[in-house]
Amino acid sequence: MKIIDIQNQIIDEFEIMDDWMERYEYMISLGKSLPIMDNDFKNDSNLIKGCQSRVWLHAELKNDNIFFHADSDAIITKGIISILIRIYSGQPPKEILDSSFDFIDKIGLKEHLSQTRANGLSSMIKQIKMYALAFETKLN
Amino acid sequence: MSFKMFDVENIRSDFPILNKKVNGKKLVYFDNAATSQTPTQVIDVISNYYLNYNSNIHRGVHFLSQQATELYEGAREKLKNHFNAKLNSEIIFTSGTTHGINIVSSGYSEILSEKDELIVSELEHHSNIVPWQILCEKTGSKLRVLPMNDIGELELDKFDQLLNENTKLVFVNHVSNALGTINPISEIISKAHKYGAKVLIDGAQASAHFKIDLQNLDVDYYVTSAHKLCGPTGVGMLYGKKELLEMLPPYQGGGEMIDQVTFEKTTYADLPHKFEAGTPNIAGCIAFGAAIDYINSIGLDNINSYENHLLQYATEKLNSIENVKIYGESDNKTSVISFNVKGIHPYDIGSILDKMGIAVRTGQHCAQPIMDFFKITGTLRISFAFYNTEKEIDFLIDTLKKAIKILS
Repeated sequence: MKIIDIQNQIIDEFEIMDDWMERYEYMISLGKSLPIMDNDFKNDSNLIKGCQSRVWLHAELKNDNIFFHADSDAIITKGIISILIRIYSGQPPKEILDSSFDFIDKIGLKEHLSQTRANGLSSMIKQIKMYALAFETKLN
Repeated sequence: MSFKMFDVENIRSDFPILNKKVNGKKLVYFDNAATSQTPTQVIDVISNYYLNYNSNIHRGVHFLSQQATELYEGAREKLKNHFNAKLNSEIIFTSGTTHGINIVSSGYSEILSEKDELIVSELEHHSNIVPWQILCEKTGSKLRVLPMNDIGELELDKFDQLLNENTKLVFVNHVSNALGTINPISEIISKAHKYGAKVLIDGAQASAHFKIDLQNLDVDYYVTSAHKLCGPTGVGMLYGKKELLEMLPPYQGGGEMIDQVTFEKTTYADLPHKFEAGTPNIAGCIAFGAAIDYINSIGLDNINSYENHLLQYATEKLNSIENVKIYGESDNKTSVISFNVKGIHPYDIGSILDKMGIAVRTGQHCAQPIMDFFKITGTLRISFAFYNTEKEIDFLIDTLKKAIKILS
């Protein structure tokens, strides 16, 4: 499935939820079910430092596609990570580079990317793009 | 407990922002330690300045400039009286607490040497750590740490061991921003003075909660910010004993701070202008004075006893919730509660409280050494002002219980 299609699917899923409480409960359940990150990957070089919640992100290239593994110590952040992995893991670098992150606003989670939250999540999105750029350069 | 003398609803009507809705909910503002809200009495002074007096101070011969100068210097006088400094010239207007600390730390870079020692408390905000570290890097002086105990109080017996004839400066906050502990600064000042060391007190978290008497404290330097006590942001006060301010070189060069300027040599203005280079935040400084008037119209004793009541009320309610751990359990505290819920990240709880219109602070509160001491990555911090109510605390407690249920 293409990035844009998965994003639209997620936007549809969030649209049927009535209020923020339902969305948050969904995010929290996603956070709880995020596959456990291999402890070897939870090292300092994969740590994205934020003021509040910590995020670890690891990426690898398999068959020309990037696979992401990530974790956080905050559950709502983990929920968003789970969504990001669903969209971006297993995609080719170029597709990731060309994609937009507008969907976060569309599903009502924009505040988690604001500077005041400083929660590592916005840095994680930057880092996803950085990995995509690095692997794209490597492939060419 | 009833507060007949203290009409909270009437006081709340002075703060239009408290009627604001946030995320569709009525705002509950519990982030007062970060910044307090501004009453109309202060906002009006700011707008009145721009409507009627806006002009540059000290050098205009014209009517507006003279009026603005009178208001500006009048604000200085208010601060001098309120904090009981000896002289108006000992009150320097700054952009805030951090600026005040930097004026002093920067000045001492020309005074200290390698053999000198500085003592900083473990309870400090980064603003009262980093400028001194920069100073130590420049001078080679040693920075030593006065430790705290498990309930967030400074270990004064260790202070005696740290002090010696090489100790030149001691920095402690009057009240810890992260935990709310009121530090025994009187004792700290007198102990330090026995060794000839000078003491700078960071009063950012103190001045809104109780009366501060600078001469009685015999403190050498005292800094605070207007926005913590119902004044505007970007304005603060540095107090220093006259001879100790005179001893420091200017922090910035520019207008206002000069006496005579030639290309051969410039001489500096006397205190307080020596440290007020450039056009200051005139409206802000005047509003700082108005904020002091406002606080005094309510009375710091009234504020203190009402806030203490809110603190006790909230502490009891929080302690009744399972798995809540409060950090900073000194008997001597301002209305600040830092806490965590076991197994739940403060960011998650803070995010849900925000959705319910409750403003709290989450994170390290610019006091990483305190978080390291407790081996945590952060806390939730609620901090009350005199315009908060029991009802708001009840709402917080109910919402917190719901958040815990969702997040567990």
